[in-house]
Amino acid sequence: MQPVPHIVIEKKKGLASFSLKEFWQYKDLLYFMVLRDITVIYKQSVLGFAWALINPVFSMLIFSVVFGKLAAVPSDGIPYPIFSYAALIPWTYFSNTLSASGTSLISNSSVFTKVYFPRLIIPLTPVLSKLADFAISFVILIILMFYYGYYPTFKLFILPLLIIIMMVATAGLGFWLSALAIQYRDVKFGITFAVPLLMYAAPVVFPASLILNKFGHKAYLVYGLYPMTGVIEGFRSAVVYNKAIPWELIGISAFGACILFIIGFIVFRKLENRFADVA
Amino acid sequence: MSESAIKVENISKAYRIGLKEQRHDTLGATMAAWVKSPFQNFKRLKSLSNFNNHDDKDIFWALRNIDFQVSKGEVLGIIGKNGAGKSTLLKILSRITEPTTGKIEIYGRVASLLEVGTGFNPELTGRENVYLNGTILGMKKKEIDDKFDEIIDFSGVEKFLDTAVKRYSSGMKVRLAFAVAAHLDPEILVIDEVLAVGDAEFQSKCLGKMQDLSGKHGRTVLFVSHNMAAVKSLCTKAIVLENGKFVHEGSTDTAVDYYLRMNQHSGYVGTYNKQIDEGSGIASIALTDKFNESKTEFGFDEPVTIHIKVKIDEKDLNSHLGFRVVDINETVIFTSEIKISSFVKTKGLHEFEVKLPVRFLVPNKFKLTFGLHVPNKLMIDYLEECLYFEIVETGSDLHQYAGNDYGCVFVNCNWGIV
Repeated sequence: MQPVPHIVIEKKKGLASFSLKEFWQYKDLLYFMVLRDITVIYKQSVLGFAWALINPVFSMLIFSVVFGKLAAVPSDGIPYPIFSYAALIPWTYFSNTLSASGTSLISNSSVFTKVYFPRLIIPLTPVLSKLADFAISFVILIILMFYYGYYPTFKLFILPLLIIIMMVATAGLGFWLSALAIQYRDVKFGITFAVPLLMYAAPVVFPASLILNKFGHKAYLVYGLYPMTGVIEGFRSAVVYNKAIPWELIGISAFGACILFIIGFIVFRKLENRFADVA
Repeated sequence: MSESAIKVENISKAYRIGLKEQRHDTLGATMAAWVKSPFQNFKRLKSLSNFNNHDDKDIFWALRNIDFQVSKGEVLGIIGKNGAGKSTLLKILSRITEPTTGKIEIYGRVASLLEVGTGFNPELTGRENVYLNGTILGMKKKEIDDKFDEIIDFSGVEKFLDTAVKRYSSGMKVRLAFAVAAHLDPEILVIDEVLAVGDAEFQSKCLGKMQDLSGKHGRTVLFVSHNMAAVKSLCTKAIVLENGKFVHEGSTDTAVDYYLRMNQHSGYVGTYNKQIDEGSGIASIALTDKFNESKTEFGFDEPVTIHIKVKIDEKDLNSHLGFRVVDINETVIFTSEIKISSFVKTKGLHEFEVKLPVRFLVPNKFKLTFGLHVPNKLMIDYLEECLYFEIVETGSDLHQYAGNDYGCVFVNCNWGIV
C-alpha cells in the first residue's frame, strides 16, 4: 500500500509553491501527450514526416535566391544554402513550437477543465514533441554539408548545449503566452502575426556579424539577449569549419533564455489556478 | 464514524456572469462605444478572475458556505436540481478549479470522472487511447500495463484495439473509456453523472463496478446523479444542494425524500384555484404527499393524493366528477370518475380526496384533466391539463430499464412455476 497523501484545497495566495515531486509523478502523462502529438500530426497524410522537411527546405531555396543571389546579403563566407538552412532548423522548431505551445491551453481546454494534473504539462508537450520534426530536418543539413564539402568536425558537440538553450527559451515563452492566451484570445492572433516578424529580428537571413559591423560591439551583445541569436549563430559555427564558435553570444543568449523561462514559469504559476474558470 | 476522508469547510465559489450588453441608439454613440470596446473588453476579461468586490452585480455564487464531511469508505450521493452547484463542488474537490473561500482537506488520492473519455484522441488507436486516457486520469504507465488485459476484457472491444478510435461506434468509445475509468484505483473517487451515457446493460455493469469499488475495496465515493434509483442503490448517505446552498444531509432515503419535496420545477403545477361566484364548478385542486404537503414530484412508491373542492348547486347534484391522466407522450393512461350524489346530498362546497394507487404509474411526467359534467348532456366545468406532476424513479424493479419504454403502468402479475 502506498502512503495516503494529504491534500489541502484552498484559494492560493501569491505565488504557489511548485512541487517537482508531483510533476514527476505525472511524467508518464507527459510521455503519452508527447507521443500523441508525434503520432497524430501526420496521420492521414500522404507525405507524412516528409512535411517536416518541406517547410525549411523551401524556405532555404527561396532565401538562397532572394537574399543570397538577388540581394547579395553577406553570409560570413559560407555558401548561402548552408548558411540559411543551419539557421532554419532551429528557427522552424522555435516558430512551430511557439505557435503550438502558445495555443496549447486553448486547444486542450476540454481536458484540463475535466481532470486535474500539473497544467505545465500542456505547454511543455509541444516543446518536446516538436523535437521529432527538428531531428528529421537534420537529414537535409547532412546532405548539404557533404555537397559543399563541409565535413563534420568536433564543433558539432556544441549542438546539445544549443538545443537546450533553444528549448528553455521556447518553453519559457510558451508558458507565458499560453497562460495569457487562455484569458485573452488576442494572444492567439498576436502569435500568428508576430512569429514571421520575429524571424527577421533573428539572424536567419543575415549574419549577426552584420549587427556587429554596423552598430558596434555593445549592440551586438544586447542583440544576443534574444536567445535565438546565440542558438542560430552557434548552429552555423557548429556545421562549418571556417566560423569560430561565438561563445560570447551563446553565453548571453543562454542568460536571455533563462530569464524568459523564469518569467514564463512565474506568470504561468500565478495564473494557473484560474485557467478552468476563464477558459 | 470512522476516520474522515474529506473535510469540506465553508466552501464558496463565485463566477462572473455576463451582464446585458449596452445598446446605443445613435451612430455617434455606437462609434464611440466601438472605439471604447477594446478597453471594456479588457476590463471584462480581466474581471473574470477578480472577485475582490463581492457586491458586483455580475458575480454569481455557484456555491455558498458549504460544510460537510465524508468518512472513509462512505458512498456519498450529492443531489440537487440543475444549477444547484453539484458540478462546481465536484470541480473544486477534483482540483480543477479553486474555491473562492474556504478549505478542503482530503486524505487520499482522488480520481475524478467528470466525463467519460477525457482526452480521447480520434486519430489514435484504442490501445494508444487507453494509455493516454489512463495517464490523464492519474495512472502510471506500469499500472496500465498490469491492468491492460482486464481493461480490454471489460470493454469488449479487443478486436478493434489497433483501429483508430474515430472508426469506433459511439457505444464502443464509451465502453472503452469507461473500462479505463473503472480500473482506476484511488482512495477517493469522484463521479459526475457519467452513467447517463451508454445503454441500459452497460449502465448496470457500471453500477455493479462502482458497488464493488465501495463495498469490496472500501473506497470512498462521491456520486452526483439525477438518477434517484442509482443514488438509492449505491449511496449510504446523501447531501442535497439547492441554489448553491447546503440544504440537507442525511440517509439516502431521507435525502431523496427531501429532494422530491423541493418543488421548483417551474413547468409543474400542483395546485389550481378559481373563484366561483355562482353556479357549480371546481374551486380548487391540490396534489399532496403523505405529509399532506403540496408538491409535484413523487417517488414511484409514494402515495399521491388529489384534493378537489367542488361547489355544487342543488340542480347539479346528479353530475359526475372525474379526471383523466395523460402522460407526456399524450398516451391516455386512465380515467376515473364518481357520481356526486353518491357522496353528498346537499348543495355547497365539498372537498373530495382521491388516492392514486401506489406503485402504479411508471416514472414519467403526467398531466391531469378534470371535469364536472352530466354524462353526454352537459359540461359544467372542464379544466384541461390544469395540473402537471412527475413520478420519479426511486428504485423500482424495472429501474435498470430507465429510458426504455416498458409501459405506462406497473402491473403485479401472478407468476408461478408449473
